[in-house]
Amino acid sequence: MQAAPTYKLQFSLLFLAVIVAFLLNLSMGSVSIPFKEIISVFTGNGASKETWHYILMEYRLPKAITAMLAGGGLAISGLLMQTLFRNPLAGPFVLGLSSGASLGVAILILGASAFGGFFGTILLSQWSLVIASALGSFLVLLAVLAVTFRIKDTMAILIIGLMFGSVTTAVVSVLSYFSSAEQLQQYIFWSFGSLGNQSWQGVLILIICFVAGLALSIFSSKSLNALLLGENYAKSMGLHIKRTTFIIILATSILAGSITAFVGPIAFIGLAVPHLVRQVYKTSNHLILLPAVLLCGSLLMLICDTVAQLPFSEFTLPINAITSLIGAPVVIWLLVRKRKLFF
Amino acid sequence: MASEEKHIILQARNLSVGYSKKSSETIIAEALNFSIEKGELVGLVGANGIGKSTLLRTLTGMQNALKGSIFLNGKDLKEYSSFQLATQLSVVLTEAPASKNLTVLEMISLGRQPYTNWIGSLSEADKKAINFALEATETIDLAQRKCFELSDGQMQRVAIARALAQDTPLIILDEPTTHLDLYHRAYVLKLLKNLAKATGKTIFFSTHEIDLAIQLTDKMLVMAKNETHFDEPCKLIENGNFETLFPQETIDFDSKTGRFTIRK
Repeated sequence: MQAAPTYKLQFSLLFLAVIVAFLLNLSMGSVSIPFKEIISVFTGNGASKETWHYILMEYRLPKAITAMLAGGGLAISGLLMQTLFRNPLAGPFVLGLSSGASLGVAILILGASAFGGFFGTILLSQWSLVIASALGSFLVLLAVLAVTFRIKDTMAILIIGLMFGSVTTAVVSVLSYFSSAEQLQQYIFWSFGSLGNQSWQGVLILIICFVAGLALSIFSSKSLNALLLGENYAKSMGLHIKRTTFIIILATSILAGSITAFVGPIAFIGLAVPHLVRQVYKTSNHLILLPAVLLCGSLLMLICDTVAQLPFSEFTLPINAITSLIGAPVVIWLLVRKRKLFF
Repeated sequence: MASEEKHIILQARNLSVGYSKKSSETIIAEALNFSIEKGELVGLVGANGIGKSTLLRTLTGMQNALKGSIFLNGKDLKEYSSFQLATQLSVVLTEAPASKNLTVLEMISLGRQPYTNWIGSLSEADKKAINFALEATETIDLAQRKCFELSDGQMQRVAIARALAQDTPLIILDEPTTHLDLYHRAYVLKLLKNLAKATGKTIFFSTHEIDLAIQLTDKMLVMAKNETHFDEPCKLIENGNFETLFPQETIDFDSKTGRFTIRK
């Protein structure tokens, strides 16, 4: 029997690409900082200008790390959803997960006035945004899951996920009708998606959630592989379907929920990246796919963010627009080229 | 096998199968009694809708029995945890694997899941079992191919190889010969026969290939409308049990050739 390929070459190339994209991302922005200075900051020699040092350490570095975590995390949750629902179109966005997170945040931001005063400010702290968003996505996923146990047809489940998405969008619009202009603005800016303006504390929270979600995903990789054969086969090999489904959904909602809370709903990364990775890695083994998807998601998000900076200009575009502009053509290109999307 | 000590692997006692909803039960087949011995190749035949698949799903623990009990290796099926069951019983289902992106080797390796560690890495013993499955089903040349590239006949061999890799004393197959041409139908059944003989595994399969099953199986379970018979094929022919399988105004059983003929 031939040894299973380890994809060393692909992994090293991907890793190298992520590092290059990371450094490129750091050097781009409205203030141009010479590449030499960036290296010098990281080697501990400090930059020749104090402002450069500050911009790098307090703005660009947290942003680049957030981009990597967000891209990698969303891509992983897309992979988990595609395997769990055994549907190549599944992803955190399609299943209404992001809408759920939006709903949680909307209720928090737009409803904060109802509590008012001191309590209102507590509600708007960073942790509560994360919790509300994660809770929202978790509830939507549970609802999708409750339906899953009743309906076997995966296409129907996707449609139901989309319906949940519409319902939450509707609730958000009703809420926004009754809220003040300031709150509405705060919510709308959140929904554009933004990687910037992250405090180191926020990045730390994101890292904790990310590691938790990643650990659960790695822990589930054997079960995920079994699910590739279908539920009945997986059961016949001793898999606890309900427990496995719960863990996978928990991992997805922690990842997608926390990321959506910090950077807003980001489209297409979760859907497109697993398919891109399957083009390069000719395997379905999740132990190989997980790190590959993680790296590829980070890479794509860093590139998207670099583009969103509009290099050499003062403007920054909403990250959500860029991921859609890049992601949608990628999915269409894959479909046209392969005629069929596998998972 | 008569000279060896008889060892009963699978036994059904007064078994009723069907579906139960909150208030009502739909019994599809009842009063099923049979005992399958170690190393036997047993065919399950019956008309469409008579309850073959329901019986197989009940025997594999995918749905509960309405009445009666099933004993696997002398122990009640209900007392097995799903993990224990996975080391006793493997299945080949009519459904294709959900992901067609799996390579043949990956799919067969998945059969080792009950034995691998939490991360699923393959030990030397696992690799040996996989190699054996590849050789026995002649799928070694296909090992690196993807499932979507396979023909129906090749896919069936791979599905059987996966069950073999799971290395259980009992293998249950749901209609392994559907969608196959005559050659592959004969090939698959012959493969099952040889496997039962060479490995001592008990193989239980449902099929519509009654004439092929009569030629190859050790025992057959014949499910007709109001009665079920379990015996060696030649005895079933003697007793005229095959006549009751289908409505006789359309199909007739010729007991001399062991074949069904259409009544013109």
